[in-house]
Amino acid sequence: MRIRISHSIAYAYAEPARHITQILRLTPRDHDGQHVMSWRIEPTVDGRLRATQDAFGNIVHSFSADGPIAEMAIKVDGLIETSDLAGVLRGTAERVPVDVFRRETLLTAPDEALRRFSAEATHAAGTPLSQMHALMEALHAGVACIETDERTGVGAAAAFAASEGIAQDVAHIFIACARHLGMPARYVSGYVAQSESLRHANGAHAWAEIHLDDYGWIGFDAANNLCPTDTHVRVATGLDFSGAAPARGARAGGDGEALAVRISAREDGSRLTEQ
Amino acid sequence: MAAFDEMTGSGAELRPAYDALDRWLKEAPPEMLALRRSQAELFFRRIGITFAVYGDEESTERLIPFDIIPRVLTKPEWTRLEAGLRQRVTALNMFLADVYGPKECLKAGIIPPDLVYRNACYQLDMVDFAVPHGIYCHIAGIDIVRVDADTFYVLEDNARTPSGVSYMMENREVMLRLFPELFATHRVAPVDNYPDQLLATLRSVAPRTASSDPTICLLTPGQFNSAFYEHSFLADKLGVELVEGSDLLVKDDVVYMRTTQGPKRVDVIYRRIDDDFIDPLVFRGDSVLGVPGLIGAYKAGNVTLANAVGTGVADDKAVYSYMPEIVKFFTGEEPILKNVPTWRCREPDANAYVLDNLEKLVVKEVNGSGGYGMLVGPHANKAQIETFRRKLKAQPEGFIAQPTLALSTCPTFVASGVAPRHVDLRPYVLSGANGISCVPGGLTRVALKEGSLVVNSSQGGGTKDTWVLDA
Repeated sequence: MRIRISHSIAYAYAEPARHITQILRLTPRDHDGQHVMSWRIEPTVDGRLRATQDAFGNIVHSFSADGPIAEMAIKVDGLIETSDLAGVLRGTAERVPVDVFRRETLLTAPDEALRRFSAEATHAAGTPLSQMHALMEALHAGVACIETDERTGVGAAAAFAASEGIAQDVAHIFIACARHLGMPARYVSGYVAQSESLRHANGAHAWAEIHLDDYGWIGFDAANNLCPTDTHVRVATGLDFSGAAPARGARAGGDGEALAVRISAREDGSRLTEQ
Repeated sequence: MAAFDEMTGSGAELRPAYDALDRWLKEAPPEMLALRRSQAELFFRRIGITFAVYGDEESTERLIPFDIIPRVLTKPEWTRLEAGLRQRVTALNMFLADVYGPKECLKAGIIPPDLVYRNACYQLDMVDFAVPHGIYCHIAGIDIVRVDADTFYVLEDNARTPSGVSYMMENREVMLRLFPELFATHRVAPVDNYPDQLLATLRSVAPRTASSDPTICLLTPGQFNSAFYEHSFLADKLGVELVEGSDLLVKDDVVYMRTTQGPKRVDVIYRRIDDDFIDPLVFRGDSVLGVPGLIGAYKAGNVTLANAVGTGVADDKAVYSYMPEIVKFFTGEEPILKNVPTWRCREPDANAYVLDNLEKLVVKEVNGSGGYGMLVGPHANKAQIETFRRKLKAQPEGFIAQPTLALSTCPTFVASGVAPRHVDLRPYVLSGANGISCVPGGLTRVALKEGSLVVNSSQGGGTKDTWVLDA
């Protein structure tokens, strides 16, 4: 599938900002099943944009600009060619030992309820792979994924207690359970192309990847109860959201921030008719 | 428990190092000693050297009790200790360079890889990053305990932001003022050159972009931090600016300090903020103490952080248990300083033994510090032991256990007069491109409660001046 993505993160400040620094993980990389045909990342104000890679191999742009800045936006446009590999990940540059992904983090720390849930959800399943599928189904059935821009994540334990969360929370719950069961797990931030068959496809999305000895890394999208297909575009990974967040920023001044995010990720079919 | 007393040995003799001190204690009029004790307290109050105790709602700041009877080490004792400390810190730095670089010690099976990789203090951003001059742990505080005339153990390596050195210096200062006569009868090795040595160490590790006169600052979490007094004390003694995160800014991967004359480029930051809080763009995003972009500047090679980011993986208590092997692997020498025998509760056999012997052992959280989250079996009640039993069963990998050591005692003023109290020692070891240095002695902490083995100031410990006799 050819997916056209446009993503805009716009900030407006009641008090103009004197200085802005941002760390952006907004650039996908190639791997089997995902080819980046074009990608552009552009801030709307003058500043310095520098690309590096982080420990996980994510492409990281650091952006800084001097004020006064009353408003600014980071605009991303790109075209990705994907194919469906049933969630199995191949052709990524893995830089970090798998053991690292057994670490517990603040956002993925399990509580007693999550530990019990992981055991109950998987006790009937035989292989590690079927355990993860069982976990995905149980999680999909038990925790509602809320589609909203109004909420931020609350972490695995809190979202599980509330039986609902945003996609980020659902991914964190999955990761917390998998790690509790002894499996290396990581967080993926990315996009999902809008489609009739997927309920949770408002553009930006998050899911989990689990490392299984026989297969390597496999994606599990519990919000949609499936392994990622050619509708999924993988952008960044980390131990949890904080290491894979699309944008992290700090500013001097700039009180009264208003944030507006617009994302469109859709199959690139309309191009011919537009011409 | 019959502990070794540093003045009287097993109780019958008088060890030569304490000869003159013993005479002085016997001859000095009790009123004079009482007066000096209150003068010492007044001195500490006046200079405002206080310590905040977390969880103590009565008073957010209080004075750490100071005991006027010094703790005495002989030159030969210190010489051997110092050699051991240098060896230990050399190994710590080599271990850090290795786990963030070639990982030879993991390949050789010296330490289980998951202890490193799963450790939250193992900072992935530091992997394959060449720190300036190859030094990670510039300032180490190695906690030492003694059990007899010849045996010193390392109890803990503090490789992150060890504190307490200001007490070492102030304790000496107050002793010099109150008891000049004692310094006339003892040749005590000075400690007042510590700031010079620290400054030389910090200057030596400036990045190559710095001039021959690098700009150094001390980064504090601010006045609400328990060690704020020490931060301001050290900045003053070093002659460098004391800054908070909001006083620094990063532009184009260069760190600047806001001054009245405009931004000034900073080359070396002696930071007393933990990794987690140092840069909200990389670590905890809710931190308001840090400097956004600092890690970017660090990784661009434009600033040195002392200590380096990620040193916590070396002083983790589970990693500690492998230190004898680590020392041997990296230095090729037998460790001069012993480790306390340690049961790793992550190993099922060890945990079974620990669970069977809780009333005899000291159990510590792998990631705990400051004497919190610790069980001292022989001094614990049934409920405390059962609490730890549950914790050990639920999360064995979070704990280690050690035998309850008969820590040495030193004569100490208490309500009833002079009595032996358990002590430990924290020497400060500095590592720079200019080599390793260590002022003689360090900070002696004393458990003021009779029989108590917990010397932490947050748990009712006090301090003493530490003397290394030059002759």
